[in-house]
Amino acid sequence: MTDAEPSIAIAPRTLFIEFARMALSGFGGVMPVTRHAIVVRNQWLTEREFAELVGVAQVFPGANVVNMSVMLGWRFGGWRGSLAAISGLVLPSAVLVVCLGALYAQFADHPIVRSCVRGMAVAAAGLVIATAIKLAQSLPRTWRVGLLMVAAFVMQGVVHVPLLLIGALLIPLALWLEWRQ
Amino acid sequence: MPLLIDLLLHFMLMSLMAIGGANATIGEMHRYLVESRGWISSTEFSSLYAISQAAPGPNMLCVALFGWHIAGIAGAVLATLGMCGPSSILVLSFEIAAGKTREARWPLVIRRGLAPISVGLMLATGWLLAYGADIGWADITLTCVCIIVMLKTRLSPLWLIALGALAGGLSILG
Repeated sequence: MTDAEPSIAIAPRTLFIEFARMALSGFGGVMPVTRHAIVVRNQWLTEREFAELVGVAQVFPGANVVNMSVMLGWRFGGWRGSLAAISGLVLPSAVLVVCLGALYAQFADHPIVRSCVRGMAVAAAGLVIATAIKLAQSLPRTWRVGLLMVAAFVMQGVVHVPLLLIGALLIPLALWLEWRQ
Repeated sequence: MPLLIDLLLHFMLMSLMAIGGANATIGEMHRYLVESRGWISSTEFSSLYAISQAAPGPNMLCVALFGWHIAGIAGAVLATLGMCGPSSILVLSFEIAAGKTREARWPLVIRRGLAPISVGLMLATGWLLAYGADIGWADITLTCVCIIVMLKTRLSPLWLIALGALAGGLSILG
């Protein structure tokens, strides 16, 4: 996808349904499911376009998948598409999470409920790692990309540098390196 | 200030502070909702957060539960709107501006330049999640199985989450 007109237009109704489907099947984070739905199942974006969309979604403030839905909805369906995508992502799952909150109060002490939730967290961690590896494979293999990726990983995952500081250091560097190209 | 307006303004501010994702603001929400306002106890805050993580849907929906706990349905609606609104308008402005200036190089530079950082951060998130969730060798094995299956097949991630729930429920994990 370039900045020109979208090659495909998607009906707001489809966007609502697809994003609702992603949200409702995304346990422990929606990102792995969105990649699967957008790149593999619907083929709206290539792997690399998806990685670039995630990049913008992460750097702008706000929840990453919410930002993605707003931008993708706009690209494929204008204002109505944007509104449809974010509503599909947030509305059904917000209703569900509040219902679960009410339910959980009754079953929180049940050991099986607790171990199931823990097992899901273990699997979810693997899914996030696999998604990151797939996106990494889609990027160009240059030293700039490798340097920025490793720096971001080490600063957040190992050294626990505050996110604002990581951004302040790496974003100008990344933009400068890309602009020089 | 009326409770609902206070709540809305707080989450609108959090929306704009959530650089890198909603999880970046959880600490600040704890400070405000628990310590400063006393609307939620610390224990309740943790359990509400855990429920939101176990439920399907974007992680940021923990704010719907916080809002619901503080002010019922109206609280849930305002917290969600506040958390989504400002940031969505901002990112949409970028998308629109990038689409209008088609010859300009900057939107492409931003997209291409920032992608490696975001992939590195996502890898770090996965690493930290695994670090927190994986207690024994069985856990680490399951995480690795999920990584390999995701990389080698086109299986829907939902099946792997179900596998995790099953393994947990059968007490296979440590």
